[in-house]
Amino acid sequence: MGKNNYLKLLVMAAIIAVVPLIVSGDYHLSILVFMGINCMVVVGLSLLMGYAGQISLGHAAFFGIGAYSTGILTTQFGLSIYAAFLCGILFSSLVAVIIGIPALRLQGHYLAIATLGIGEIIYIIFNEMVGLTGGPSGLSNIPAFHVGGYPFSHSIQYYYLVWGALLVILWFSLNLIHSRVGRALKAMHGSEVAAGAMGINLSAYKIQIFVLSAIYASIAGSIYAHFVSFIAPNNFAFMNSIMFLMMGVVGGLHNIWGAVMGASLMTFLPEYLRVFKEFDILIYGAILLAILLFMPEGFLEGIPMLYRKYFKRGEA
Amino acid sequence: MTTNPFILDAECLHKAFGGLMAISDLSFKVREGEIKSVIGPNGAGKTTLFNLITGVHPASSGKIHFQGKPINGLKPHVIARLGISRTFQTVELFSQMTVLENVMVGCHPRSRAGLFSSGFRLPHMRKEEKWIRDQSFEILKLGSLLGRADLPAGSLPLGEQKTLEVLRALATGPKLILLDEPAAGLNEVETQKMADLLYSIRDSGVTILLVEHDMSLVMKVSDEILVINYGEKIAEGPPAQIQNDQKVIEAYLGGEALLCLN
Amino acid sequence: MDLQGQIIQYLATGLTLGSIYAMVGLGFTIIYNATGIINLAQGEFVMFGGLIMVFFTTTLGLPLFLSFFITLALTTGIGMLYERLFIHHPSKTAPLMTLLIITVAVSIFFRGIAMFIWGKEPYSLPHFSSPEPIIIGGAAILPQVFWILGLSLLAVILMNIFFNRTITGKAMSACAVNRVAASLVGIDVSKMVLLSFALSATLGALAGASITPIALMEYDRGPMLALKGFCAAVLGGLGFGTGAVVAGFLLGLIESFTTGFISSAFKEATALIILILVLFIKPSGIFGSAEVGKIKKI
Repeated sequence: MGKNNYLKLLVMAAIIAVVPLIVSGDYHLSILVFMGINCMVVVGLSLLMGYAGQISLGHAAFFGIGAYSTGILTTQFGLSIYAAFLCGILFSSLVAVIIGIPALRLQGHYLAIATLGIGEIIYIIFNEMVGLTGGPSGLSNIPAFHVGGYPFSHSIQYYYLVWGALLVILWFSLNLIHSRVGRALKAMHGSEVAAGAMGINLSAYKIQIFVLSAIYASIAGSIYAHFVSFIAPNNFAFMNSIMFLMMGVVGGLHNIWGAVMGASLMTFLPEYLRVFKEFDILIYGAILLAILLFMPEGFLEGIPMLYRKYFKRGEA
Repeated sequence: MTTNPFILDAECLHKAFGGLMAISDLSFKVREGEIKSVIGPNGAGKTTLFNLITGVHPASSGKIHFQGKPINGLKPHVIARLGISRTFQTVELFSQMTVLENVMVGCHPRSRAGLFSSGFRLPHMRKEEKWIRDQSFEILKLGSLLGRADLPAGSLPLGEQKTLEVLRALATGPKLILLDEPAAGLNEVETQKMADLLYSIRDSGVTILLVEHDMSLVMKVSDEILVINYGEKIAEGPPAQIQNDQKVIEAYLGGEALLCLN
Repeated sequence: MDLQGQIIQYLATGLTLGSIYAMVGLGFTIIYNATGIINLAQGEFVMFGGLIMVFFTTTLGLPLFLSFFITLALTTGIGMLYERLFIHHPSKTAPLMTLLIITVAVSIFFRGIAMFIWGKEPYSLPHFSSPEPIIIGGAAILPQVFWILGLSLLAVILMNIFFNRTITGKAMSACAVNRVAASLVGIDVSKMVLLSFALSATLGALAGASITPIALMEYDRGPMLALKGFCAAVLGGLGFGTGAVVAGFLLGLIESFTTGFISSAFKEATALIILILVLFIKPSGIFGSAEVGKIKKI
């Protein structure tokens, strides 16, 4: 995948190791956990949208399927956490395939609305299957994650779990991008007809990536469920799908690292804007608009561009 | 050993877009190892013919056999994997990708690493990746584009873009390659280079079906020429015969192509 | 209530809901046609329509009809300001995906403003005329329902006349077909885009001001309305105004009858399932042609 990306992964691993030395307190650590969870989902979206060029406005549903699968299977069917985790992955892959086959034939706005509609239907199912999901009042007492009988009782343990998993996901995704499959995706994004003429099976790749991104979201959802121990349908509604998308766009969807940056910033921001009380949504919206207006390609590419524009003008 | 000397066999092809007949009752064969050209005035249906052969559009009726097997109704990527590759009239490079990557994409049908083995970088995937890279450098060498390997494909001048498209098609390991106006917009030197590239492709055993407006190039490189107008065949034969064909001259009458024919 | 009464009751509710969805859907279509953008802040126009109306009638005590027109004018102004500040400049360079997210950001920003001014609680408005229900065929129907239906029908008719009979309207339709060609024949595309946001905002305000007396209004009502309107716009064949209006009414009726005869739990699901089926079977929408869908991609 290129030395550059290995270096970045190493730097990231170092940062992950060092951060808990600086940041302490359950509240701050839990925000870091949420950050990692969001990163996972958005990395999947970045593969799907930035690389394969397919839009999804319903990814919160896969996040929800992961969360509810582990939630329901561990609390009501007494399955072990690992088995439930796997079931979540299998189940969201299955849903992704069933949805993906008809939906990915659609293009542009039609695919957007189809994924949106399916996401909403799944959200309604979470609400209405009260017997399994607990309905609108949610599902509680989801057991904590554990390794060999030792339950994770502190945020710091989840922090390492989430960011460790994210490192693996990033490694996998970066490998994928710099491979035959990744090139096929980029080719497809560039020109579908030329990609077809190169023997690339467009629909097969679209579905594979859709499933992969659903799996990432599902893993994130499962970890989320164990971490917060209580889930309700509202965590998986349309606006959450839009939030994931927004994280990606803010960071820059055409780059995996952009997805990580965007998800981190957009998780961090609303939490720390709470000090502004009623103003928080207003300020959040304003910051978001400013980023989008001044860095339409996301801030991973936008910041260096702005820097060149305003500080290096004379040197050209 | 008796083998079918014809690599491609089209029978009674029809293609209508709405009420418009783009191709009607067109039958022709392409002999293995030759350079066959398809010529005809603008709008004669040449590109449509390519789109029918490569599965971009389904034929309204008629049959296409490739190496004795029917290929109509197959998806473009399946046809590409069977060994038919093509270039496009309007350059369709993956312009955001580098020159090398474009050719590497071309190697797609000849490699097989999937999502799983690519993501985990399994040993056989790494071996294959190295093979793809080496193979792609070899192919770039063929078109003297080695020095451009790391540039974005979109930044190349038109002549090199056209060459790259041919190389990318070649990378798929085709048995038949369809070239849609590879010399359009090229100057004399570049056209000569293109002709040399065509010869070396043919000499490597790949059959070429060529659509081209540059008559001197067509007359020089073709073993056989198919002339179509309004989607119908009006003549077929070796260059010398086509140059003197009354119907062909009529079809081109008034155009400057007439001068080129002689 | 007997069956006939029930049916009339659901019909009235369905048409009321439907007319709101139709307006939001039409608003989507107008902006989509002029710019190719799906404006997810469309629901906030409705919210502003309701809450600004509340401010002028309840807080300032202005007469209903005066404040109605002030509300329309102010919301239209918000729509225009929105276009100039957040769409005009980026639409020249930013990818459509970013523009879509900008509209989401605007919707969050608008909600922020609304929450700052009005807080989180829902507001009500006096009915336009008597709040006493009229009994028709065994069903009790509020006079406000007739106001909503009448006003939305009027708006749809006016829009129709505008797009088909006036030069400016035809110029806007031309932009929808081909922006470059439109600008070549001397149409000021930038002005048309501004106008599309203005019209969309007016429609939203009209819907908001007229439903608030019976449905109340609060700062975060927008996204739900945007979702429904978006459904209507797509079902109607994205880019086709009449289709969006008809689809909006259909959606409203479907919701109302599923609520009445099946269960309120599935009213949302029915509309969505229909949407998905239509997309999978006929992606161009019930009323759209196959070509329209191919023109604009994200």
